[in-house]
Formats: sequence, structure tokens, C-alpha cells
Amino acid sequence: MNQDILVAILATAITAGTPILFAALGEILAERAGVLNLGVEGMMLVGAVCGFICALQTANPWAGMFLAMLAGGLLALIHAFLTVTMKANQVVSGLALTMFGTGLSGYLGKSYVGTALPVPFENYTVPVLGNIPLLGPVFFQHDPMVYISYLLVPALWFLIFRTKAGLHMRAVGENPAAADSVGVNVFLTRYIYVIAGGMLTGIGGAYLSLNYVPSWMENMTAGRGWIAVALVIFATWNPVHALWGSYLFGGIDALGFRLQTLNVLVSPYFLKMLPYLLTIAVLILVTRRNMVNRIGSPRALGLPYDREER
Amino acid sequence: MMTVFSGYVIEKRLVPSSTSFVIVPLVSIILALLVGAVFLVLSGHNFWEVYKVMFAGAFGSIYGITETIVKAIPLTITGLGVALAFRMQLWNIGGEGQLYMGAFAATWVALNFSDAEEWWVLPLMITLGMLAGGLWALVPAIPRAIWGVNEIITTLMLNYVAIFWVDYLVYGPWKDPNGYNFPLTAPFSPAAILPVLGHSRIHAGLFFGLFIALLFYIIIYHTRWGYEIRVCGESPDAARYAGININKNILLVMFVSGAVCGLAGMAEVSGIAHRLQHGLSTGYGYTAIIIAWLSRLHPFVIIVVAFLFGALQVGGYIVQTSGIPSSMVAMLQGLLLFFVLGGELLTNYRIARKTPAYSSGDDAS
Amino acid sequence: MTAPYLVELKNITKRFPGVVANDGVDFNVRKGEIHVLLGENGSGKSTLMSVLAGLYRPDKGEIVVDGTRRVFRSPRDAIKAGIGMIHQHFKLIDSLTVAENVILGDDSTPPVLRLQDIQRKLEELSKKYGLHINPSSMVWQLSLGEKQRVEIVKMLYRGSRVLVLDEPTAVLTPQETHELFHILREMAKAGRGIVLITHKMQEVMEIADRVTVLRRGKVVATLTREQINRRELAWLMVGRDVVIQYKKKGSPGNKKVLEVDNVHCLSDLGRPCLKGVSFTVHSGEIFGIAGVAGNGQRELAEVITGLRPVTGGKIMIDGIDTTGLSPRQIIDRRVAYVPDDRLGTGLVPGLSAVDNFMLKSYRQSVLRRGPLLNKRAAYQNSRELVKQFEIQISSLDAPVKLMSGGNLQRLLLAREITSEPLLLVAVYPIRGLDIKATQSVHNILLQQRDKGVAILLISEDLDELFKLSDRIGVIYDGRITGIMPAEMTDVEEVGLLMMGSAGTGEMAT
Repeated sequence: MNQDILVAILATAITAGTPILFAALGEILAERAGVLNLGVEGMMLVGAVCGFICALQTANPWAGMFLAMLAGGLLALIHAFLTVTMKANQVVSGLALTMFGTGLSGYLGKSYVGTALPVPFENYTVPVLGNIPLLGPVFFQHDPMVYISYLLVPALWFLIFRTKAGLHMRAVGENPAAADSVGVNVFLTRYIYVIAGGMLTGIGGAYLSLNYVPSWMENMTAGRGWIAVALVIFATWNPVHALWGSYLFGGIDALGFRLQTLNVLVSPYFLKMLPYLLTIAVLILVTRRNMVNRIGSPRALGLPYDREER
Repeated sequence: MMTVFSGYVIEKRLVPSSTSFVIVPLVSIILALLVGAVFLVLSGHNFWEVYKVMFAGAFGSIYGITETIVKAIPLTITGLGVALAFRMQLWNIGGEGQLYMGAFAATWVALNFSDAEEWWVLPLMITLGMLAGGLWALVPAIPRAIWGVNEIITTLMLNYVAIFWVDYLVYGPWKDPNGYNFPLTAPFSPAAILPVLGHSRIHAGLFFGLFIALLFYIIIYHTRWGYEIRVCGESPDAARYAGININKNILLVMFVSGAVCGLAGMAEVSGIAHRLQHGLSTGYGYTAIIIAWLSRLHPFVIIVVAFLFGALQVGGYIVQTSGIPSSMVAMLQGLLLFFVLGGELLTNYRIARKTPAYSSGDDAS
Repeated sequence: MTAPYLVELKNITKRFPGVVANDGVDFNVRKGEIHVLLGENGSGKSTLMSVLAGLYRPDKGEIVVDGTRRVFRSPRDAIKAGIGMIHQHFKLIDSLTVAENVILGDDSTPPVLRLQDIQRKLEELSKKYGLHINPSSMVWQLSLGEKQRVEIVKMLYRGSRVLVLDEPTAVLTPQETHELFHILREMAKAGRGIVLITHKMQEVMEIADRVTVLRRGKVVATLTREQINRRELAWLMVGRDVVIQYKKKGSPGNKKVLEVDNVHCLSDLGRPCLKGVSFTVHSGEIFGIAGVAGNGQRELAEVITGLRPVTGGKIMIDGIDTTGLSPRQIIDRRVAYVPDDRLGTGLVPGLSAVDNFMLKSYRQSVLRRGPLLNKRAAYQNSRELVKQFEIQISSLDAPVKLMSGGNLQRLLLAREITSEPLLLVAVYPIRGLDIKATQSVHNILLQQRDKGVAILLISEDLDELFKLSDRIGVIYDGRITGIMPAEMTDVEEVGLLMMGSAGTGEMAT
């Protein structure tokens, strides 16, 4: 294969993986704190539509990102309220969130379908790094959101594993009763990380509508939110592993897209199936690997905490 | 116990309140409609008019009511299908894909035996439709049984695969040459079409739904297999302890769950569309999840709730003409589920005045 | 002269739906004393201490610390006031290190963790009190005794002046208990107040400076060391004389019902758990297994009942090799099993009593009517069992999770016994039960023994084992370290074997 095409595919893999990465990082936060949020798809969609409308109205993509972040956080707040305070079933609440988010985004975005965004993010070439052959164009000639995601990964890793706040987060996700007994506020901790997770997810959605596509279509996430949920298991709840996983899926996305334009003799419908089939295959392999290595999800994942439950 | 304000507390009920089984859904519907009204008003609609048109559209005429029933048929069948899996704490989110696979297999029969005027065409469509849906559900069930692979994600991913597969067929090899390039197959021959009730669009699928509801009721509450399902769903450890083969039940329940959803797909192509087409289902498999949960997985309640959701869909369709996006229905459904989930707190807890002494039990520490 | 009160609980009342756990309770701790809170299971001891630890908020009453009235909104407030609670079920997080567990929730921890500093501090602290632990080990690797030391260090690290220990000896051998008591005395001498919660009178005699007796949520007496008298304590605790004498009829038969031969298995974590266990249980015999929890007891029961695969050795039931058979096949060999996890394994919490009664028998022809379940027969059967075993129940259709521990255990035993078993495996059958319920469970077990059932009784309560067993085997680290006739051994010898010392008794055959 021609080297330029390879570089182009790899660079696209990064941009295609970035929305999944933001969403997976968000879900890692929520799950580390013991809350399974299956509303990722819905939060991404609402983030995408809010970000798009706001960017269009203000002619400022940053304003769009900001609103998408708020919208994602707001939806996550509903989930946090239902599952943490009202102790509702986390699976069902997450599904409700996805359904609501899908409906809401379709409702809000009805009149914007197909509108082009006049003000997308601009690409910046990082000085020095961007000029390295191969690596430069693949990793360092992107828009600012990609660079933010680069920084976010080590930052979240540090937060989770090296800070007091991260210790509390992990403790609440593993054994809330134990954390509570030494005065860690289980409810507050869960609220914080579910909402923070929703904010990152909202950004992930807006990245699709503001940069990757960039325009608004109904259901434009096409299951990326669910792929992000699967990625969290693949990443063993570690932000660094989520990075590789996201780019792998981004790569499949980019490859499928590229193959279509190259007139390969495979029906585009089969190419479109690839990311979903890959997700299933990866999930099976990873579940087996985690089983062998005895890596499990946070122990309290999916369980409501009730201090006086007897 | 959580103190709400002085003198009152939220405490766990010993026995879930029975009146709230009825009140919570009713209040939830009202609240969901109210929040929906806020969105309608914000986007410049008269919510009262919109709801009135929706209600009239669904219930105001014979046509409306029959259309509501037509929508309720796939919702009932898929609702029953996913509810069976939920009974065992198997989160089958793949009803949509299983429906499409059922429709695909039924269509294969209809297209390949298009000349046959025989009685066996419909039973064969039913059998293969159910088989396809069941096998499609086994794909995630097998890794779930053996390695514990999360079935929520795998069943959901397979929805996309099934839909792309059907798209491939209707845009490609199965496209009707006389279809003006629309993504649909050739129409079925009369032998492959379910009989209808009078002049309405209500087809024999209605009886599939009613029959399966009755069958599931008997299975779950009156057979050994149903007993095993209930034990597995409530406590897998106890099931193992009682010598119940959990893996066998995971496979069996998922197969039957998928088969029933597959039957819904068969009924849609054979009873309504009379051909396979792009966008055959408007998310019945997803709405089924809400219906199953609202009905607390009870087969007979599912029929009633599915009817209400059918009405919501018909109403939503009607008001599209006045510029209300169809996604409002999905939004209302999500809202409804939010309120019902929140309302469960009222079913399992109560707000009580701080009360004086009870008698002491024998293990209170 | 008396030392000042560190903490006073005044007129505490705490209710749960259907139960008043504490009813106007007064309790206090002085500087430098060990105050024992005595009461049988269900008397409200743990509830009272959870109020003190800020986990529960009392409905009435007040908490006074150093003469000032305090309201504890959460455990954090209690810890800040210098109260450290060591729960019976340790509140440790398995996947974190000892050091991480110790600093968790502590205000003095800087935002960015400096684990090296913390580890150094911990080493100093544990040296000072003779509490040996490695700060960098993961908690899941520790033994129960070590976990308890982590809990104590955790509270000392926070500067707790009042240490509350809830049933701390339940997981310890008699010798480890002595060691713990020594540490507690040292800490009391250093000016801390110690509260020890227990239902064992012997511990009161051994260590108490004062004792408060709780019965049915109320304080019945607070006595000083000089006033303590064993018989009176027992009377106060139970409200009547407790002279429980069990009479066994006849001696065990000589038919071998259960033969366990050099059996090996793996733990949940995939490490060797049972490492060659051998023993035999005869018809009409109660064979007791003593040991500190976590030495392979649960796994032993699971191996026999087919719930855990055997990786080596052989198991024979009634002369037939049952190694590798499924749980169902073993149930069909007439093996009954009372697991330690009563509600969740032995019983299905969300199902009704009727459904739970037929958990083992729903496949049998009696409960069948064509392809359907014979519900009428199931109800009939349930009503008879409820009556025969005096199970208190509001409705046969209500979920069993609403029932009390004693009733649950009777329900479970009733079901297991009606299958007319050859072998009954019972794991911790009286855990969490009050004296009355304990007695009724023990009577049921003895009746079964006298009827000729072989019983494998796994317990952590040496009193129970000595009262009921014909022979006692001791398990340590996946091996049987000794098997003795019950009347030919004593607590001291069994205690030594529980710590792994080679016994003087007859070795495993």
C-alpha cells in the first residue's frame, strides 16, 4: 500500500477513535465509582445535537463543545439521581437514558438535519512533533480536541491511581460500605463521577457533529456509545488502555470508509457491520482474558448502596 | 432510613405497596406528558392541541383503534420475548435484531415458494422465522453461558448487524425489480400472507400475541421449567445449589426469547408489509424493553401496556403532519421509564411519620 | 477515683421497620477501661454500636463526647470525634493495599498520594503496639487475623481514643484471642477506652472492667468487675436459666456413609484450597469440623455436594463413588445441605415460602400433575412443614427475605430433612441466631442423628461442636490436622490444632 494512503488511514483512525475515546473515558469514571451507565449512546447524541446547534448559532465551535459538555452532564445527573438516590436498576435507567437521549436529540435536531457547519475546528500542526515523518502526520496534525484527549488520558490515569480523590473513587466502586465506614461520602462521590463521565461523553458526541462528520444527522452515533461501553471492559477500567482500544475501533471505521471509496468488491453493508462484529469478538476475547487473569469489574458495579440495608 | 424533613422519614417497606403498582404507572404517564409538554411549548406548539390530536388519532375512530392494535401486535410479541429473558436476569436488548432475522427467514420462505399455494407456506414461515430469531439470540447466549460475556452489549451489537444484513438484501440481491428502485422485496403471494380481521389491518399476529402471553403465564407460574427460570433469575447461587443447570437454561431461555421476537418479525412481513423492506421495524425491539419493565414482566400486563404504547405510536404518527418530529414518541417513552423508575422508590419505600414502638423481633442487630 | 467518661450514649432509641432494635439505652466508656457490651444475637448490640459509629442515626437520645453533646451525621463525624469502629465483617477493600486502606477517608491525606511516607508511618505505628503487618500487601492476600490488625491500625492512625470491636474473636483461634486481649489491655493502659461487643460470657470474665448487658434492645444491667458472676450474667442475658444439656441417644452406627479420601480442590481465586482432606462419617454420627473461618470449610462442603470440582482424591457416599457428579445427582443420592449463606444460596430471597419449600423436590412426581406443577400438593406440604417445625410466617406467598434468621433456618432445615437424607452437611448452622433459635436448630440436628442420619457439622463455635459432635476433626490450611472423639479432647488442644500445630490425637486416616 502507498505510504500516503496508510498515513491518511491512520490519521483518520485517530479522529474516528477520538469520540469513542472521550465516551469511554467518561464511562470509566462512572464505572470506577460503581455506577454502570448504559446511557452513553443517548448522552453522545444529545451532546452532538446541542454542540452542533450551539456552534451554528454562535459561530464558535468551542461554545458548542461547552454546551455539549453541560448537556451530557445534565443527562448523567438524571441517571445519578435515579440510580444513586432512588436506587433504581442501573441497567434499566441507562437504557431509559439512551432512549430519551435518542428521542430528544431527534426532536431538537429535526430542523438542522443536513445543515453544514460553517465553523469547524481548525487543524494545528504541533511544532517539532508534527514534522516527524510518519508519526507527525498521524498523531500531531489534528484539531485541538484530539490534543485535549491526549492530555486527558494521562491526567485521568493519574487521578484514578495516584490521588486521594481517585482512591475514594476506587473505594466507592469496590466496596461502598467500607468506604462509608471511614467517612467517604459514597453518594457525593458517585454523583461527581457519573456527572463528570456524562460531560466527557457529551464532548465525545459533539466531536462527531462538530468535527468528524461535521454536520447533524439523526442517530449519527450509530452505536459508538455502546462500543465505548464495551471498550471500558477491554481497557480493564484503565484510561491508558482505552486509548489503544479507541484507535483500534477508529481504524476499523476508517478502513471501512476507505475501502468503500476504493471500490472494493465487498458490499458496503458488510463493511458497516465490521465495527459491531469486531466489538463482539473483542468482548469475548477480553472477557476470557480477564477471567484467566482474574481481572474483574469494580466489585460494586451495578449495585445501589443503601447504608441501612440489613 | 433517610430523614426528609423533621418528623418524616423514608423507610423501606416490608411488603411492597400494592396500590402503588397501579398509581405509580398512572402518575408516571401524567408526569411524562407534562415534561413532554414543556418541550412542545418551548418549540412553539400548543401542547394541549397536540395531545388532543394524538389521543383522537389513537382512540377517536374505529380506524384509529384498529391501527393502535396493529402497532400493539409486534410490541406485545417482542415485549413477551424480552420479558422472558429478563425473568432470568438476561438482558436481551437484541429484540430488534431478532425481529429482523425472523422477518428475513420468513421472507426467504415467501420468496422461494412464491408459486406455492399450499397451506404449509405460513407454518413454514412461522417455524423458520422463529428458528432464525432464536438462533440469532443464541449467538450472544453461548459466550454468555460459557464465559460470562456481557450479553447487553453483544445482543445490542447484533441488532446493527441484522439490520445491515436486511439492508444488504433489500438494496441488493432481493430488491424487487419492479419496485422503482425502492429498498424492498417483491410482494408476497397470498399464501404467504396472514389472514386479517374483516376489512382492518389487524392480522392473525394478534392471536400469536395472546396465545404466547397465555403460554408464558402457564410456563412461568405452573411448570417446572418456569420454576427453574424464576429461581435462576432471583438467585443463581440458589439455582446451582438446587441442582439446576443454569447454562442450559441461559441457552434455552435466550433461544425462546429470540424465537418469539423472530415471530414478531414474521408477523410484520406477513401481516402488514407483505414484503421485506428497509426500516421494517420502528424500534419495536427497544420499545419492548420499556413495555416489559413497566409490566413488571407479567405476561397479561404486557398486553395492556403494549396497547397503550401502540396508541402512543399511532398518536405520534398522526401529529407528524403538524410538524412534530416522530422522535417525540421515543422521548416520551424514555421520560415515562424515568418516572416509573423513580416511582419504584414509592413502591418499595414509604414516607412515614416517625412512629412509636413496634415489638421486637428475634434478630435485630 | 473514677476516670472521666470519653463517650456517653444517653437514652438511645433506634427503630427499624417492624423492630425496635434499641429502646432507651444508656451506655458509656471511661478513659482507660475495657467495657464489654454483652447480649445474645438480636439483642441490639450491633445497632447500638452503629449508632455510636455514625452509621445509623438514632430516632431518640443523644451522644456526648468529652462532656459535649454531638450529632453524628455520618461515620466521618464519629471518626473525627475520636471513635473508631472495628466491624465484625471487616470494612476493608480487597483490591487495595493495606496502606491505601488505612489512609482511606482520612482528612490528613494530601491530595496527591505519597505512599512511601504513609508506609513508613504505618510501620512505626504497628511496631509500637506489636501489630505486625506489611503496608504494601494487598488486602485480599491477608488472613482474617491480619485483616483485623489492619482494622485496628486504621483506627489508631486516625487517633481514635475510643475503640469499638464488634465480636472480634469470632474469626480467631483461642490463642490469637489471648494475643488480641493483651493488645487491648495495652491500649487501655495507654489511656484509650475500649468497647468490646460479644455474646460469649467467658470473654467478659477474662477481660471486662465493666459489663453492660443488653436484652431485647434494653439495658438490663451494668456491672463492675467485682460484681460479675457467670451464672447471673447468663440469667441477665437470656432472661431465664440456661442450662442446656443435650442428650444423645445411643452411639453412632458403624456404616460408613461419607468417605472423603485425600481430596484436593481450588479456591475461587484458583489457588490450591483443600490439600488432601480425608475423614469418614458414619450413620447416626455427628462429625464436627472445627477451624478458623477461611481454612477450606466452605469449599469442603461444596466439594461434597458437587458444587465445586474436585482436583484430586475420591468421595464416596453410601459406598458409591460420587466424585465429579453434578449437584443434582448428589441430591438424588439423598444428601441434604445447609449452606452458610442461608438467604441467597440455601433459600431464594425473592420467592415465596411455598416456592422455597419445593426447591429440592419440584422435580419429584408428588409435585407433578402432567406437565404442570401440582400447586395444591405444594401448598399442602408447605402448611404441614410450617406447623411441624413451628415456623412463624405471615403468609405462605410472601417473599422469604422478610423472615427472621431463626425462621429462615428452620424453613431450610425443614426442607432438607423431609428429603429423608442419608447425609446432612451443615455449615455454620447457628450463625446469627439467638439462643432460642439455636436450641431448636440443635434439637433438630440431634433428632436426625438419633434417626441414623450421618451429619457433617462445620462450625466456628467450639461450644457448639463440643456439645453436639461425636467426633471432632480440625481443619487448618486445607488439611485435617487432627481427629478426636469429642469427650477425649478440650478447647485448648483443638485451639492449637486450629493454628496448625500437629495434634496429639489420632491423625487423619
